[in-house]
Amino acid sequence: MSVMEKVRPTVPAPAREPRVTDEHGRRIRVWELALRYLLLLGVLALTVGPFLWQLSTSLKGPTEDIFSSPPKLLPGDPTLHNYERVADTIPVWDYALNSLKVATANVVTNCVGAALAGYALARLRYRGRRAATLAFILAMLVPVEGIIIAQFTTMRELGLNNTLVGVVLPGSISALNVLLMRNAFLNLPYEIEEAAYVDGANVWQRFLRIALPSVKGTVAVVAIFAFMGAWDDFLWPLIVLSDPSRFTLTIGLNYLHGTFANDERLVAAGTIIAVAPLIALFACLQRYFFRGVGEGAVKG
Amino acid sequence: MALPTASRVRRQLPTSPWLFAAPGLLIIGAFILYPFVSTVVNAFTDRRTLIPGEFVGLDNFRELLNDDMFWIGLRNSTLYVLGVVPALVILPLLLALLVQKNIPGITFFRSAFYTPVVASIVVVGLIWVWLLDERGLVNSLLETIGVGRVGFLSDQWLLLLSAMAVTVWKGLGYYMIVYLAALANVPRELHEAAAVDGAGAVRRFLTVTVPAVRSTMVLVGALSSVAAFKVFSEVYLMAGPSGGPAGEDTTLVMLVQRTGTGLTGRVGYASAISVVVFVVTVALMLLVLRADRRDES
Repeated sequence: MSVMEKVRPTVPAPAREPRVTDEHGRRIRVWELALRYLLLLGVLALTVGPFLWQLSTSLKGPTEDIFSSPPKLLPGDPTLHNYERVADTIPVWDYALNSLKVATANVVTNCVGAALAGYALARLRYRGRRAATLAFILAMLVPVEGIIIAQFTTMRELGLNNTLVGVVLPGSISALNVLLMRNAFLNLPYEIEEAAYVDGANVWQRFLRIALPSVKGTVAVVAIFAFMGAWDDFLWPLIVLSDPSRFTLTIGLNYLHGTFANDERLVAAGTIIAVAPLIALFACLQRYFFRGVGEGAVKG
Repeated sequence: MALPTASRVRRQLPTSPWLFAAPGLLIIGAFILYPFVSTVVNAFTDRRTLIPGEFVGLDNFRELLNDDMFWIGLRNSTLYVLGVVPALVILPLLLALLVQKNIPGITFFRSAFYTPVVASIVVVGLIWVWLLDERGLVNSLLETIGVGRVGFLSDQWLLLLSAMAVTVWKGLGYYMIVYLAALANVPRELHEAAAVDGAGAVRRFLTVTVPAVRSTMVLVGALSSVAAFKVFSEVYLMAGPSGGPAGEDTTLVMLVQRTGTGLTGRVGYASAISVVVFVVTVALMLLVLRADRRDES
Protein backbone atom coordinates (compact mmCIF):
# COMPACT_ATOMS: atom_id res chain seq x y z
CA MET A 1 0.00 0.00 0.00
CA SER A 2 2.70 2.42 0.98
CA VAL A 3 4.44 1.80 -2.31
CA MET A 4 1.23 2.62 -4.13
CA GLU A 5 0.98 5.88 -2.23
CA LYS A 6 4.47 6.84 -3.25
CA VAL A 7 4.01 5.92 -6.88
CA ARG A 8 0.78 7.82 -7.24
CA PRO A 9 2.12 11.31 -7.95
CA THR A 10 3.94 10.10 -11.04
CA VAL A 11 1.18 8.11 -12.75
CA PRO A 12 -0.51 9.75 -15.75
CA ALA A 13 -2.95 12.57 -15.29
CA PRO A 14 -6.42 10.95 -15.34
CA ALA A 15 -5.74 8.57 -12.44
CA ARG A 16 -4.45 11.42 -10.32
CA GLU A 17 -7.14 13.84 -11.34
CA PRO A 18 -8.80 14.47 -7.97
CA ARG A 19 -5.45 15.55 -6.55
CA VAL A 20 -4.44 17.99 -9.22
CA THR A 21 -5.06 21.50 -8.02
CA ASP A 22 -4.16 24.93 -9.24
CA GLU A 23 -2.08 27.48 -7.39
CA HIS A 24 -5.07 28.33 -5.17
CA GLY A 25 -5.71 24.74 -4.16
CA ARG A 26 -8.77 24.31 -6.34
CA ARG A 27 -9.34 21.20 -8.41
CA ILE A 28 -8.80 21.24 -12.15
CA ARG A 29 -11.18 19.25 -14.33
CA VAL A 30 -9.84 16.33 -16.39
CA TRP A 31 -10.70 17.70 -19.81
CA GLU A 32 -9.21 21.05 -18.93
CA LEU A 33 -6.03 19.39 -17.73
CA ALA A 34 -5.81 17.27 -20.88
CA LEU A 35 -6.30 20.37 -23.02
CA ARG A 36 -3.60 22.20 -21.08
CA TYR A 37 -1.07 19.40 -21.56
CA LEU A 38 -1.98 19.17 -25.22
CA LEU A 39 -1.31 22.89 -25.67
CA LEU A 40 1.86 22.69 -23.59
CA LEU A 41 3.17 19.86 -25.76
CA GLY A 42 2.30 21.82 -28.88
CA VAL A 43 4.25 24.86 -27.71
CA LEU A 44 7.07 22.57 -26.58
CA ALA A 45 7.35 21.16 -30.10
CA LEU A 46 7.49 24.68 -31.50
CA THR A 47 10.09 26.06 -29.07
CA VAL A 48 12.41 23.11 -28.50
CA GLY A 49 11.72 21.23 -31.73
CA PRO A 50 13.93 23.46 -33.90
CA PHE A 51 16.93 22.87 -31.60
CA LEU A 52 16.36 19.11 -31.73
CA TRP A 53 16.08 19.18 -35.52
CA GLN A 54 19.40 21.03 -35.66
CA LEU A 55 20.96 18.46 -33.32
CA SER A 56 19.54 15.65 -35.46
CA THR A 57 20.92 17.23 -38.65
CA SER A 58 24.35 17.61 -37.08
CA LEU A 59 24.44 13.89 -36.27
CA LYS A 60 23.48 12.67 -39.74
CA GLY A 61 26.27 11.12 -41.79
CA PRO A 62 27.38 12.23 -45.28
CA THR A 63 25.44 9.47 -47.01
CA GLU A 64 22.17 10.09 -45.23
CA ASP A 65 19.55 12.14 -47.07
CA ILE A 66 18.79 15.24 -44.99
CA PHE A 67 16.33 16.66 -47.53
CA SER A 68 13.88 13.74 -47.66
CA SER A 69 10.15 14.30 -47.81
CA PRO A 70 8.53 13.22 -45.56
CA PRO A 71 11.44 14.26 -43.32
CA LYS A 72 13.41 11.75 -41.27
CA LEU A 73 13.40 13.15 -37.76
CA LEU A 74 16.10 10.91 -36.29
CA PRO A 75 19.54 10.19 -37.73
CA GLY A 76 19.64 6.64 -39.08
CA ASP A 77 23.27 6.16 -38.13
CA PRO A 78 24.33 8.89 -35.65
CA THR A 79 27.91 10.08 -36.05
CA LEU A 80 30.12 12.85 -34.69
CA HIS A 81 31.79 13.13 -38.08
CA ASN A 82 30.37 16.63 -38.71
CA TYR A 83 31.89 17.96 -35.50
CA GLU A 84 35.33 16.83 -36.66
CA ARG A 85 34.71 18.35 -40.06
CA VAL A 86 33.63 21.72 -38.66
CA ALA A 87 36.90 21.86 -36.71
CA ASP A 88 38.79 21.15 -39.93
CA THR A 89 36.94 23.88 -41.78
CA ILE A 90 37.13 26.74 -39.30
CA PRO A 91 39.18 26.92 -36.04
CA VAL A 92 35.99 26.40 -34.09
CA TRP A 93 37.70 25.55 -30.80
CA ASP A 94 39.83 28.73 -31.00
CA TYR A 95 36.65 30.68 -31.64
CA ALA A 96 35.01 29.01 -28.65
CA LEU A 97 38.04 29.93 -26.55
CA ASN A 98 37.81 33.54 -27.76
CA SER A 99 34.13 33.61 -26.84
CA LEU A 100 34.95 32.17 -23.44
CA LYS A 101 37.65 34.81 -22.86
CA VAL A 102 35.35 37.63 -23.89
CA ALA A 103 32.46 36.32 -21.78
CA THR A 104 34.63 35.72 -18.71
CA ALA A 105 36.21 39.17 -18.93
CA ASN A 106 32.75 40.68 -19.32
CA VAL A 107 31.55 38.89 -16.18
CA VAL A 108 34.51 40.07 -14.08
CA THR A 109 34.44 43.72 -15.23
CA ASN A 110 30.67 43.98 -14.91
CA CYS A 111 30.51 42.41 -11.44
CA VAL A 112 33.40 44.45 -10.03
CA GLY A 113 32.69 47.71 -11.85
CA ALA A 114 28.92 47.67 -11.33
CA ALA A 115 29.20 46.73 -7.65
CA LEU A 116 31.70 49.53 -6.98
CA ALA A 117 29.77 52.18 -8.90
CA GLY A 118 26.42 50.99 -7.58
CA TYR A 119 27.74 51.28 -4.02
CA ALA A 120 29.04 54.77 -4.71
CA LEU A 121 25.64 55.84 -6.06
CA ALA A 122 23.64 54.24 -3.27
CA ARG A 123 25.67 54.77 -0.13
CA LEU A 124 28.46 57.29 -0.38
CA ARG A 125 28.01 61.01 0.09
CA TYR A 126 29.91 63.36 -2.16
CA ARG A 127 29.42 66.28 -4.47
CA GLY A 128 28.22 65.32 -7.91
CA ARG A 129 26.50 62.09 -6.90
CA ARG A 130 23.28 63.13 -8.62
CA ALA A 131 25.17 64.01 -11.78
CA ALA A 132 26.86 60.60 -11.72
CA THR A 133 23.50 58.83 -11.31
CA LEU A 134 22.08 60.85 -14.18
CA ALA A 135 25.04 59.89 -16.38
CA PHE A 136 24.30 56.20 -15.84
CA ILE A 137 20.58 56.66 -16.50
CA LEU A 138 21.30 58.53 -19.75
CA ALA A 139 23.81 55.87 -20.80
CA MET A 140 21.18 53.20 -20.22
CA LEU A 141 18.77 54.97 -22.56
CA VAL A 142 21.22 55.32 -25.47
CA PRO A 143 20.31 52.77 -28.17
CA VAL A 144 23.58 50.90 -28.74
CA GLU A 145 22.68 50.00 -32.34
CA GLY A 146 22.73 53.70 -33.17
CA ILE A 147 26.24 54.43 -31.91
CA ILE A 148 28.18 51.44 -33.25
CA ILE A 149 29.91 53.44 -35.98
CA ALA A 150 31.14 56.05 -33.47
CA GLN A 151 32.17 53.25 -31.09
CA PHE A 152 34.12 51.69 -33.92
CA THR A 153 35.82 55.01 -34.73
CA THR A 154 36.72 55.39 -31.05
CA MET A 155 38.20 51.88 -31.02
CA ARG A 156 40.25 52.67 -34.11
CA GLU A 157 41.61 55.79 -32.46
CA LEU A 158 42.60 53.71 -29.44
CA GLY A 159 44.17 51.10 -31.73
CA LEU A 160 41.91 48.44 -30.23
CA ASN A 161 39.87 47.48 -33.28
CA ASN A 162 40.30 43.86 -34.27
CA THR A 163 41.22 42.84 -30.69
CA LEU A 164 39.27 40.93 -28.07
CA VAL A 165 39.83 43.85 -25.65
CA GLY A 166 38.00 46.01 -28.16
CA VAL A 167 35.12 43.52 -28.18
CA VAL A 168 34.78 43.62 -24.39
CA LEU A 169 35.36 47.31 -23.56
CA PRO A 170 32.11 49.06 -24.62
CA GLY A 171 29.92 46.73 -22.54
CA SER A 172 32.47 46.02 -19.82
CA ILE A 173 30.52 48.02 -17.22
CA SER A 174 26.95 48.39 -18.39
CA ALA A 175 24.84 51.23 -17.02
CA LEU A 176 21.91 48.88 -16.47
CA ASN A 177 24.04 46.68 -14.21
CA VAL A 178 25.28 49.69 -12.25
CA LEU A 179 21.70 50.80 -11.63
CA LEU A 180 20.66 47.25 -10.69
CA MET A 181 23.46 47.14 -8.10
CA ARG A 182 22.51 50.62 -6.86
CA ASN A 183 18.94 49.47 -6.24
CA ALA A 184 20.15 46.34 -4.48
CA PHE A 185 22.34 48.40 -2.14
CA LEU A 186 19.54 50.93 -1.53
CA ASN A 187 17.27 48.09 -0.41
CA LEU A 188 19.66 47.05 2.36
CA PRO A 189 18.94 48.41 5.83
CA TYR A 190 21.34 51.24 6.52
CA GLU A 191 21.65 50.60 10.27
CA ILE A 192 24.21 47.80 10.04
CA GLU A 193 26.59 49.87 7.98
CA GLU A 194 26.04 52.80 10.29
CA ALA A 195 26.97 50.65 13.26
CA ALA A 196 30.10 49.48 11.45
CA TYR A 197 30.93 53.07 10.64
CA VAL A 198 30.64 54.02 14.29
CA ASP A 199 32.87 51.06 15.17
CA GLY A 200 35.51 52.50 12.88
CA ALA A 201 35.12 50.34 9.77
CA ASN A 202 36.36 52.28 6.75
CA VAL A 203 34.54 52.48 3.48
CA TRP A 204 36.27 49.46 1.91
CA GLN A 205 35.56 47.32 4.95
CA ARG A 206 31.90 48.33 4.94
CA PHE A 207 31.65 47.62 1.23
CA LEU A 208 33.48 44.29 1.19
CA ARG A 209 32.41 42.78 4.51
CA ILE A 210 28.89 44.08 5.00
CA ALA A 211 27.21 45.42 1.87
CA LEU A 212 28.58 43.13 -0.84
CA PRO A 213 27.79 39.81 0.87
CA SER A 214 24.18 40.95 1.27
CA VAL A 215 23.61 41.48 -2.46
CA LYS A 216 25.10 38.20 -3.72
CA GLY A 217 21.87 37.38 -5.54
CA THR A 218 22.01 40.51 -7.67
CA VAL A 219 25.71 39.96 -8.36
CA ALA A 220 24.82 36.48 -9.62
CA VAL A 221 22.15 37.95 -11.92
CA VAL A 222 24.65 40.49 -13.26
CA ALA A 223 27.24 37.75 -13.81
CA ILE A 224 24.86 35.48 -15.71
CA PHE A 225 23.51 38.18 -17.95
CA ALA A 226 27.03 39.51 -18.60
CA PHE A 227 28.12 36.02 -19.64
CA MET A 228 25.12 35.41 -21.84
CA GLY A 229 25.28 38.88 -23.36
CA ALA A 230 28.92 38.56 -24.35
CA TRP A 231 28.66 34.95 -25.54
CA ASP A 232 25.61 35.70 -27.70
CA ASP A 233 26.58 39.16 -28.99
CA PHE A 234 26.71 39.53 -32.74
CA LEU A 235 26.53 43.08 -34.13
CA TRP A 236 29.43 44.64 -32.19
CA PRO A 237 31.97 41.81 -32.69
CA LEU A 238 30.93 41.70 -36.35
CA ILE A 239 31.95 45.34 -36.69
CA VAL A 240 35.07 45.40 -34.55
CA LEU A 241 36.64 42.08 -35.63
CA SER A 242 37.85 41.72 -39.20
CA ASP A 243 40.65 39.17 -38.92
CA PRO A 244 39.21 35.60 -39.09
CA SER A 245 41.86 34.33 -36.67
CA ARG A 246 40.39 36.48 -33.88
CA PHE A 247 36.71 35.70 -34.40
CA THR A 248 34.35 34.78 -31.59
CA LEU A 249 31.94 31.87 -32.05
CA THR A 250 28.99 33.92 -33.27
CA ILE A 251 31.07 35.71 -35.90
CA GLY A 252 32.74 32.44 -36.82
CA LEU A 253 29.35 30.82 -37.35
CA ASN A 254 28.26 33.68 -39.57
CA TYR A 255 31.49 33.22 -41.52
CA LEU A 256 30.91 29.46 -41.77
CA HIS A 257 27.36 30.07 -42.96
CA GLY A 258 28.49 32.64 -45.52
CA THR A 259 31.29 30.49 -46.91
CA PHE A 260 29.89 26.97 -46.65
CA ALA A 261 26.20 27.80 -46.81
CA ASN A 262 25.36 24.65 -48.72
CA ASP A 263 26.71 22.30 -46.09
CA GLU A 264 23.81 22.16 -43.63
CA ARG A 265 25.35 19.36 -41.55
CA LEU A 266 28.44 21.48 -40.94
CA VAL A 267 26.51 24.63 -39.96
CA ALA A 268 24.27 22.51 -37.71
CA ALA A 269 27.28 21.10 -35.87
CA GLY A 270 28.68 24.61 -35.43
CA THR A 271 25.45 26.00 -33.99
CA ILE A 272 25.18 23.10 -31.54
CA ILE A 273 28.74 23.84 -30.32
CA ALA A 274 27.75 27.47 -29.79
CA VAL A 275 24.45 26.85 -28.03
CA ALA A 276 25.22 23.81 -25.86
CA PRO A 277 27.26 25.64 -23.14
CA LEU A 278 24.53 28.22 -22.60
CA ILE A 279 21.76 25.65 -22.43
CA ALA A 280 23.83 23.79 -19.83
CA LEU A 281 24.38 27.01 -17.86
CA PHE A 282 20.68 27.79 -18.05
CA ALA A 283 19.72 24.31 -16.89
CA CYS A 284 21.91 24.74 -13.79
CA LEU A 285 21.06 28.33 -12.89
CA GLN A 286 17.46 28.85 -14.08
CA ARG A 287 16.45 30.71 -10.94
CA TYR A 288 18.85 33.57 -11.65
CA PHE A 289 17.91 33.75 -15.32
CA PHE A 290 14.24 34.25 -14.40
CA ARG A 291 15.07 36.69 -11.62
CA GLY A 292 17.16 38.72 -14.04
CA VAL A 293 14.22 39.03 -16.43
CA GLY A 294 12.10 40.57 -13.66
CA GLU A 295 14.74 43.02 -12.51
CA GLY A 296 15.96 43.94 -15.98
CA ALA A 297 12.50 44.48 -17.45
CA VAL A 298 11.25 46.65 -14.64
CA LYS A 299 14.30 48.87 -14.65
CA GLY A 300 15.12 48.69 -18.33
CA MET B 1 40.35 54.45 20.07
CA ALA B 2 37.10 55.70 18.61
CA LEU B 3 38.34 59.18 17.84
CA PRO B 4 41.34 58.48 15.61
CA THR B 5 39.42 55.88 13.61
CA ALA B 6 36.55 58.25 13.04
CA SER B 7 38.91 60.88 11.75
CA ARG B 8 40.53 58.29 9.50
CA VAL B 9 37.13 57.50 8.03
CA ARG B 10 36.49 61.16 7.43
CA ARG B 11 39.84 61.57 5.77
CA GLN B 12 39.08 58.78 3.32
CA LEU B 13 35.64 59.95 2.37
CA PRO B 14 36.35 62.77 -0.10
CA THR B 15 38.43 60.65 -2.47
CA SER B 16 37.09 57.14 -2.26
CA PRO B 17 33.55 57.71 -3.61
CA TRP B 18 35.03 58.84 -6.89
CA LEU B 19 37.42 55.91 -6.84
CA PHE B 20 34.38 53.63 -6.56
CA ALA B 21 32.46 55.27 -9.38
CA ALA B 22 35.44 56.04 -11.62
CA PRO B 23 35.72 52.79 -13.62
CA GLY B 24 32.02 52.80 -14.44
CA LEU B 25 31.94 56.48 -15.34
CA LEU B 26 35.05 56.10 -17.47
CA ILE B 27 33.60 53.21 -19.48
CA ILE B 28 30.16 54.69 -20.10
CA GLY B 29 31.72 58.09 -20.77
CA ALA B 30 34.24 56.85 -23.31
CA PHE B 31 32.17 54.12 -25.01
CA ILE B 32 28.52 55.19 -24.67
CA LEU B 33 28.08 58.91 -23.99
CA TYR B 34 31.01 60.19 -26.06
CA PRO B 35 30.09 58.02 -29.10
CA PHE B 36 26.50 59.20 -28.76
CA VAL B 37 27.54 62.87 -28.88
CA SER B 38 30.02 62.20 -31.66
CA THR B 39 27.33 60.37 -33.68
CA VAL B 40 25.11 63.44 -33.51
CA VAL B 41 28.03 65.74 -34.43
CA ASN B 42 29.23 63.48 -37.26
CA ALA B 43 25.76 63.49 -38.77
CA PHE B 44 26.45 67.06 -39.89
CA THR B 45 29.83 66.27 -41.47
CA ASP B 46 31.06 64.32 -44.49
CA ARG B 47 33.46 62.30 -42.34
CA ARG B 48 34.73 58.99 -43.71
CA THR B 49 36.60 56.17 -42.02
CA LEU B 50 40.01 57.54 -42.99
CA ILE B 51 39.10 61.19 -43.68
CA PRO B 52 38.15 63.54 -40.80
CA GLY B 53 35.69 65.45 -43.00
CA GLU B 54 34.11 68.87 -42.71
CA PHE B 55 30.88 70.42 -41.50
CA VAL B 56 28.28 70.13 -44.26
CA GLY B 57 25.15 71.31 -42.47
CA LEU B 58 22.02 69.37 -43.39
CA ASP B 59 23.49 67.85 -46.58
CA ASN B 60 23.36 64.31 -45.21
CA PHE B 61 19.73 64.64 -44.27
CA ARG B 62 18.90 66.15 -47.66
CA GLU B 63 20.62 63.19 -49.30
CA LEU B 64 18.61 60.79 -47.11
CA LEU B 65 15.36 62.16 -48.53
CA ASN B 66 16.45 61.14 -52.03
CA ASP B 67 18.05 57.82 -51.05
CA ASP B 68 15.78 54.93 -52.04
CA MET B 69 17.69 52.55 -49.77
CA PHE B 70 16.97 54.80 -46.77
CA TRP B 71 13.23 54.69 -47.48
CA ILE B 72 13.38 50.92 -47.90
CA GLY B 73 15.15 50.68 -44.53
CA LEU B 74 12.66 52.99 -42.84
CA ARG B 75 9.76 51.05 -44.36
CA ASN B 76 11.11 47.67 -43.26
CA SER B 77 12.00 48.78 -39.72
CA THR B 78 8.53 50.33 -39.34
CA LEU B 79 6.81 47.22 -40.72
CA TYR B 80 8.88 45.21 -38.25
CA VAL B 81 7.43 47.20 -35.34
CA LEU B 82 3.88 46.84 -36.69
CA GLY B 83 4.29 43.10 -37.23
CA VAL B 84 6.23 42.08 -34.15
CA VAL B 85 4.85 44.24 -31.34
CA PRO B 86 1.19 43.08 -31.31
CA ALA B 87 2.37 39.46 -31.37
CA LEU B 88 4.86 40.04 -28.55
CA VAL B 89 2.29 41.84 -26.40
CA ILE B 90 -0.44 39.19 -26.75
CA LEU B 91 1.15 35.76 -27.35
CA PRO B 92 3.44 35.75 -24.26
CA LEU B 93 0.45 36.75 -22.11
CA LEU B 94 -1.52 33.74 -23.38
CA LEU B 95 1.55 31.58 -22.84
CA ALA B 96 1.94 32.90 -19.29
CA LEU B 97 -1.69 31.98 -18.57
CA LEU B 98 -0.97 28.50 -19.93
CA VAL B 99 2.01 27.91 -17.63
CA GLN B 100 0.64 29.80 -14.63
CA LYS B 101 -1.15 26.90 -12.95
CA ASN B 102 1.09 24.67 -10.89
CA ILE B 103 0.29 21.38 -12.58
CA PRO B 104 2.86 18.54 -12.54
CA GLY B 105 5.86 19.17 -14.79
CA ILE B 106 5.05 22.83 -15.29
CA THR B 107 8.53 24.06 -14.28
CA PHE B 108 9.96 21.89 -17.05
CA PHE B 109 7.66 23.50 -19.60
CA ARG B 110 8.45 27.01 -18.36
CA SER B 111 12.17 26.39 -18.69
CA ALA B 112 11.81 24.72 -22.09
CA PHE B 113 9.82 27.69 -23.43
CA TYR B 114 12.63 29.97 -22.28
CA THR B 115 15.37 28.10 -24.21
CA PRO B 116 15.19 30.29 -27.37
CA VAL B 117 15.91 33.35 -25.20
CA VAL B 118 19.17 31.82 -23.99
CA ALA B 119 20.45 30.94 -27.46
CA SER B 120 22.45 33.46 -29.46
CA ILE B 121 20.54 35.24 -32.21
CA VAL B 122 23.12 33.82 -34.63
CA VAL B 123 22.28 30.27 -33.58
CA VAL B 124 18.56 31.02 -33.76
CA GLY B 125 18.89 32.70 -37.15
CA LEU B 126 20.88 29.81 -38.64
CA ILE B 127 18.50 27.20 -37.21
CA TRP B 128 15.58 28.93 -38.95
CA VAL B 129 17.52 29.47 -42.16
CA TRP B 130 17.86 25.69 -42.32
CA LEU B 131 14.26 25.01 -41.21
CA LEU B 132 12.82 27.40 -43.82
CA ASP B 133 15.26 26.40 -46.58
CA GLU B 134 13.81 25.45 -49.96
CA ARG B 135 14.62 21.84 -49.05
CA GLY B 136 14.35 22.23 -45.24
CA LEU B 137 12.04 20.66 -42.67
CA VAL B 138 9.14 23.09 -43.00
CA ASN B 139 9.00 22.66 -46.76
CA SER B 140 9.33 18.88 -46.47
CA LEU B 141 6.34 18.88 -44.14
CA LEU B 142 4.38 21.21 -46.41
CA GLU B 143 5.08 18.97 -49.36
CA THR B 144 4.13 15.86 -47.40
CA ILE B 145 0.70 17.29 -46.59
CA GLY B 146 0.28 18.37 -50.20
CA VAL B 147 0.68 22.16 -49.92
CA GLY B 148 3.85 22.27 -51.93
CA ARG B 149 7.10 24.10 -51.28
CA VAL B 150 7.16 27.78 -50.33
CA GLY B 151 10.08 30.15 -50.98
CA PHE B 152 10.26 31.58 -47.47
CA LEU B 153 13.80 32.87 -47.97
CA SER B 154 13.62 33.94 -51.60
CA ASP B 155 10.55 36.18 -51.70
CA GLN B 156 11.09 39.71 -50.40
CA TRP B 157 7.92 39.84 -48.27
CA LEU B 158 7.98 36.25 -47.06
CA LEU B 159 11.57 36.83 -45.95
CA LEU B 160 10.61 39.84 -43.86
CA LEU B 161 7.63 37.96 -42.43
CA SER B 162 9.81 34.93 -41.61
CA ALA B 163 12.33 37.17 -39.84
CA MET B 164 9.50 38.68 -37.79
CA ALA B 165 8.30 35.22 -36.87
CA VAL B 166 11.81 34.35 -35.69
CA THR B 167 11.97 37.52 -33.56
CA VAL B 168 8.64 36.63 -31.97
CA TRP B 169 9.77 33.02 -31.47
CA LYS B 170 12.91 34.14 -29.67
CA GLY B 171 11.14 36.75 -27.53
CA LEU B 172 8.14 34.66 -26.39
CA GLY B 173 9.83 33.08 -23.37
CA TYR B 174 11.31 36.33 -22.12
CA TYR B 175 8.02 38.22 -22.05
CA MET B 176 6.25 35.12 -20.72
CA ILE B 177 8.36 35.43 -17.57
CA VAL B 178 7.63 39.17 -17.38
CA TYR B 179 3.90 38.43 -17.56
CA LEU B 180 4.11 35.58 -15.04
CA ALA B 181 5.40 38.01 -12.43
CA ALA B 182 2.53 40.40 -13.21
CA LEU B 183 -0.11 37.64 -13.14
CA ALA B 184 1.05 36.53 -9.71
CA ASN B 185 -0.22 39.87 -8.40
CA VAL B 186 -3.74 39.57 -9.84
CA PRO B 187 -6.08 38.99 -6.88
CA ARG B 188 -7.85 35.67 -7.14
CA GLU B 189 -11.06 37.15 -5.72
CA LEU B 190 -11.57 39.12 -8.93
CA HIS B 191 -11.62 35.92 -11.00
CA GLU B 192 -13.93 34.20 -8.56
CA ALA B 193 -16.35 37.10 -8.44
CA ALA B 194 -16.43 37.17 -12.26
CA ALA B 195 -16.95 33.41 -12.39
CA VAL B 196 -19.84 33.63 -9.92
CA ASP B 197 -21.36 36.30 -12.14
CA GLY B 198 -21.30 33.74 -14.94
CA ALA B 199 -18.46 35.18 -16.98
CA GLY B 200 -16.81 32.63 -19.28
CA ALA B 201 -13.07 32.16 -19.69
CA VAL B 202 -12.78 34.61 -22.58
CA ARG B 203 -14.88 37.20 -20.81
CA ARG B 204 -12.83 36.82 -17.60
CA PHE B 205 -9.63 37.21 -19.62
CA LEU B 206 -10.86 40.49 -21.12
CA THR B 207 -12.50 41.98 -18.04
CA VAL B 208 -10.22 40.75 -15.25
CA THR B 209 -6.81 39.64 -16.56
CA VAL B 210 -6.19 42.28 -19.21
CA PRO B 211 -7.00 45.31 -17.01
CA ALA B 212 -4.91 43.85 -14.19
CA VAL B 213 -1.77 43.40 -16.33
CA ARG B 214 -2.34 46.47 -18.50
CA SER B 215 0.71 48.35 -17.24
CA THR B 216 2.85 45.28 -17.98
CA MET B 217 1.40 45.15 -21.48
CA VAL B 218 2.44 48.77 -21.97
CA LEU B 219 5.95 47.97 -20.69
CA VAL B 220 6.21 44.99 -23.06
CA GLY B 221 4.90 47.15 -25.89
CA ALA B 222 7.50 49.83 -25.21
CA LEU B 223 10.41 47.41 -24.84
CA SER B 224 9.51 45.32 -27.88
CA SER B 225 8.74 48.25 -30.19
CA VAL B 226 12.10 49.90 -29.51
CA ALA B 227 13.88 46.57 -30.01
CA ALA B 228 11.91 45.80 -33.18
CA PHE B 229 12.72 49.13 -34.80
CA LYS B 230 16.45 48.48 -34.24
CA VAL B 231 16.30 44.98 -35.73
CA PHE B 232 19.53 43.82 -37.35
CA SER B 233 20.66 40.25 -36.74
CA GLU B 234 17.60 38.26 -37.75
CA VAL B 235 17.28 39.98 -41.12
CA TYR B 236 21.05 40.09 -41.69
CA LEU B 237 21.32 36.32 -41.14
CA MET B 238 18.21 35.28 -43.03
CA ALA B 239 18.34 37.73 -45.96
CA GLY B 240 22.14 37.99 -46.09
CA PRO B 241 24.42 41.03 -45.64
CA SER B 242 23.01 42.75 -48.73
CA GLY B 243 19.42 42.48 -47.48
CA GLY B 244 17.68 39.94 -49.68
CA PRO B 245 16.60 40.30 -53.32
CA ALA B 246 17.78 43.73 -54.60
CA GLY B 247 18.38 44.80 -51.00
CA GLU B 248 14.62 45.10 -50.50
CA ASP B 249 14.82 43.58 -47.01
CA THR B 250 17.41 46.02 -45.67
CA THR B 251 16.56 47.53 -42.26
CA LEU B 252 17.79 50.88 -40.96
CA VAL B 253 20.45 49.41 -38.64
CA MET B 254 21.65 47.14 -41.46
CA LEU B 255 22.03 50.28 -43.56
CA VAL B 256 24.01 51.97 -40.78
CA GLN B 257 26.31 48.95 -40.57
CA ARG B 258 26.71 48.69 -44.34
CA THR B 259 27.25 52.42 -44.92
CA GLY B 260 29.52 53.22 -42.00
CA THR B 261 31.99 50.32 -41.83
CA GLY B 262 34.96 49.34 -43.96
CA LEU B 263 37.83 51.49 -45.17
CA THR B 264 35.56 53.61 -47.37
CA GLY B 265 32.80 53.82 -44.76
CA ARG B 266 30.76 57.01 -44.87
CA VAL B 267 30.76 57.76 -41.13
CA GLY B 268 28.92 61.07 -41.52
CA TYR B 269 26.10 59.64 -43.64
CA ALA B 270 25.75 56.55 -41.44
CA SER B 271 25.54 58.86 -38.40
CA ALA B 272 22.69 60.77 -40.03
CA ILE B 273 20.78 57.47 -40.39
CA SER B 274 21.60 56.74 -36.73
CA VAL B 275 20.10 60.08 -35.72
CA VAL B 276 16.89 59.04 -37.47
CA VAL B 277 17.00 55.80 -35.45
CA PHE B 278 17.38 57.82 -32.20
CA VAL B 279 14.51 60.13 -33.04
CA VAL B 280 12.12 57.32 -33.98
CA THR B 281 13.12 55.32 -30.89
CA VAL B 282 12.33 58.23 -28.58
CA ALA B 283 9.09 58.92 -30.49
CA LEU B 284 8.03 55.27 -30.11
CA MET B 285 8.62 55.39 -26.35
CA LEU B 286 6.61 58.61 -26.01
CA LEU B 287 3.84 57.24 -28.20
CA VAL B 288 3.45 54.08 -26.12
CA LEU B 289 3.58 55.97 -22.83
CA ARG B 290 1.06 58.49 -24.09
CA ALA B 291 -1.32 55.78 -25.26
CA ASP B 292 -1.01 54.38 -21.74
CA ARG B 293 -1.94 57.68 -20.10
CA ARG B 294 -4.90 58.20 -22.42
CA ASP B 295 -6.22 54.73 -21.61
CA GLU B 296 -6.04 55.45 -17.93
CA SER B 297 -8.09 58.64 -18.00
